[in-house]
Amino acid sequence: MSGPILEMRGVSKFFFGIAALRNVDLTVYAGEIHALMGENGAGKSTLMKILSGAYTPDPGGEIRIEGRPARIDGPLGGRAAGISIIYQELSLAPNLSVAENIYLGREISRTGLLARDLMRAGVGPMLDRLGADFTPQTLVGHLSMGQRQLVEIARALHARSKILIMDEPTTALSAGESERLFALILQLRAEGLAIIYISHRMDEVYALGDRVTVLRDGRLVGSLDKPEIRADTIVRMMVGRDVSSFYKKDHDPQARRGPPVLAAVDIADGRRVKGCSLTVHAGEVVGLAGLIGAGRTELAHLIIGASPMTSGHIEVEGRAVTIRTPGEALDAGIAYLTEDRKALGLFLDMSCLDNINLAVLGRDAKLGYILDRDKARDCANRAFATLGIRAANVGVTAGGLSGGNQQKVLLSRLLATTPKVLILDEPTRGVDVGAKSEIYSIIDNSAKSGTAILVISSDLPEIIGICDRVIVMRAGRIAGEIAQGATSPLNQEDIMAFATGPERLDAS
Amino acid sequence: MPHDGPSQAKAASAAASRIAAAQETKRQRLRLVIRAAGMLPVLLLLCVGFHFLSDSRFFTGQNLGIVLQQAAVNTVLAAGMTFVILTGGIDLSVGSILAAAAMAGLTVSKLPDVGSLWLPVAVLTGLVFGVINGALIALLRLPPFIVTLGSLTAVRGLARLLGADTTVFNPAIPYAFIGNASLTLIPGVASIPWLSVIALLVILISWLVLRRTVLGVHIYAVGGNESAARLAGIKVWGVLIFVYGVSGLLAGLGGAMQAARLYAANGLQLGQSYELDAITAVILGGTSFVGGIGSVWGTLIGALIIAVLSNGLILTGVSDIWQYVIKGLVIIGAVALDRYRLQGSART
Repeated sequence: MSGPILEMRGVSKFFFGIAALRNVDLTVYAGEIHALMGENGAGKSTLMKILSGAYTPDPGGEIRIEGRPARIDGPLGGRAAGISIIYQELSLAPNLSVAENIYLGREISRTGLLARDLMRAGVGPMLDRLGADFTPQTLVGHLSMGQRQLVEIARALHARSKILIMDEPTTALSAGESERLFALILQLRAEGLAIIYISHRMDEVYALGDRVTVLRDGRLVGSLDKPEIRADTIVRMMVGRDVSSFYKKDHDPQARRGPPVLAAVDIADGRRVKGCSLTVHAGEVVGLAGLIGAGRTELAHLIIGASPMTSGHIEVEGRAVTIRTPGEALDAGIAYLTEDRKALGLFLDMSCLDNINLAVLGRDAKLGYILDRDKARDCANRAFATLGIRAANVGVTAGGLSGGNQQKVLLSRLLATTPKVLILDEPTRGVDVGAKSEIYSIIDNSAKSGTAILVISSDLPEIIGICDRVIVMRAGRIAGEIAQGATSPLNQEDIMAFATGPERLDAS
Repeated sequence: MPHDGPSQAKAASAAASRIAAAQETKRQRLRLVIRAAGMLPVLLLLCVGFHFLSDSRFFTGQNLGIVLQQAAVNTVLAAGMTFVILTGGIDLSVGSILAAAAMAGLTVSKLPDVGSLWLPVAVLTGLVFGVINGALIALLRLPPFIVTLGSLTAVRGLARLLGADTTVFNPAIPYAFIGNASLTLIPGVASIPWLSVIALLVILISWLVLRRTVLGVHIYAVGGNESAARLAGIKVWGVLIFVYGVSGLLAGLGGAMQAARLYAANGLQLGQSYELDAITAVILGGTSFVGGIGSVWGTLIGALIIAVLSNGLILTGVSDIWQYVIKGLVIIGAVALDRYRLQGSART
């Protein structure tokens, strides 16, 4: 093989004297999938922004593309140098067609008028090559997340990029969509593209990575070749210490066995949830597994009154309760952590203090209305200490925190209400390894103190690692339940068997 | 590798992150100060500029009194508008509500026996219209722009109906002092128009509600992220009805202030395009048009800028036509400057 397609030597970036990136080397070859790993704040995004041209590296470093020194200036510099980035939050215009999106900024015009037919014709072969099941005229807003990603890739290929950077591409994808994406990535590698793949998910890195480079605190920790790629090695490189017990399950689910704290009885919404019953006991962590689209989040939304129930009812501590709004759910002692913390959870412009106290302002207020600011400050400071939230102080805005710290702020809001039932929807999505293990401890400690916990997760090792019992959903129904026995630990095969299921359940 | 390598590096990185954190707080604090001060420098600059351009006629006790009085009604409307815009909404109907409230108040003031009740009647009229706006927006989920655009027209019509499309006079209106008298602070030296006292009280109470009560945080939360607010258990509909109710109530109060000042009201002319001045004051004050960020003190400064501009341009003898052009350009320029300075913040 010829020389590397991308070579970075001694690249640094300082912001106001603080190193975001210090003397980092990165070598990427054509036809290689190069996984880039590191905790949030390790410098991955800074590195990407340098390659895209959003940041200019500090003098002293060198970037070579195909052996020639390259200068990447301005937001279009990366694309001009043959580098395309597919961001976690896709950057497509949902109101435009696939072809218009691919040609965005480089539209073809004929005598000043948009030449839609030429653009369509130019995009068609590309979509065929990628195996797309939609046409150039389709509106992007009608596409699934997986299909949108395909459009992003088509846009990169159309710009004749030689280096494709993908930032956590599977975050929003279902299992099937992820599989198709992996196949496509392997196809692109075979076609000679260099792919830099950023992910927190170890299984993806195993499946795809030809080489792994790990960053920590803005420095290069090292690179591993395919045979050396092992989970414990990577985790050790990322966190700089051994993560002895990553998952934590110290609580005893039998400690307070009594009647269930939460019971959902045959609830349905007439669309996605078709009559589901489940129970959660005090001090127990129950997993809710299933494929994306199985109706897990919809079920949670029914329980907390975020969407209307058409039949069934909810019982808390044996008594039927009426829950029509999330506020009434909180009153009944049920707190819900959303899977989409930015869109549905946090107030990014508000301080951590306000974010943490939001659900208990009324309870803590003086005379029912006047804010008790001392109490709020104490509550936030306590949350910072017990959950290990890393921010300068409780007054900083939530939008500026890393994913893990944002998640902990949101968790603090729920815990401040001292809930009887905690429903956690993808509690570790988009969270780095260190914070993940801290969140597992928080969940374990809450169970120890008697909270009934329902964890929705697509990460099966996580479910197995922290749950006492797993309920599996398929096509809007409970497909099965697996309890952990003394001799039969939970395993992925059983869960997947229920989740995929040989027979159709939605025949009704 | 030397034995103390990693721990040294760790200490260094910890120190660096501490410095980074300290710098970040400093920067955040600075940003807050800039946010709070906002357009204050622009206001002061305008005052000083007009003082020189008008041969030192700006900074006189009498002229400042006039500016404060002229700013009063708009300040009250803009305070209500701040509540609404903080939730990410808009209230285009305040000018019409002001007219309807003034008409209702004047009509009652001419009735025997109950005449002195005209003031609460005016304020309540405003509240009723505001709550209707809020109910349509919160319960029927209609867009605020459309709802209040509709009531801008409909309420204007009602205001004309109230006086049978004539001007209602009442030279003996009770509480006329709030419109024309001043509160003496130091006898013979300093006094402040009652209208301005009311306006300042409204700002103060608004600030207390927004910053010191549970409801205040909920208003910011709804503006910052309505879906998250709903999931966090906030009664979004209640918050929306409240803010439009406040906006209507304060428009009613503005109507009462105008009625007391003019001893008269005309359903057709009173309060025409007042909503635009109120919105301008809020935006000049640094409140984000998409909601969630802003302060009512900024609104006060915004309202004062508008009043100072009108007053100063008259003092310097600029023609009425050019006043429009200059006012418009200053508003665009001031906000552009503000946005430019705050580019680092999460949203505008």
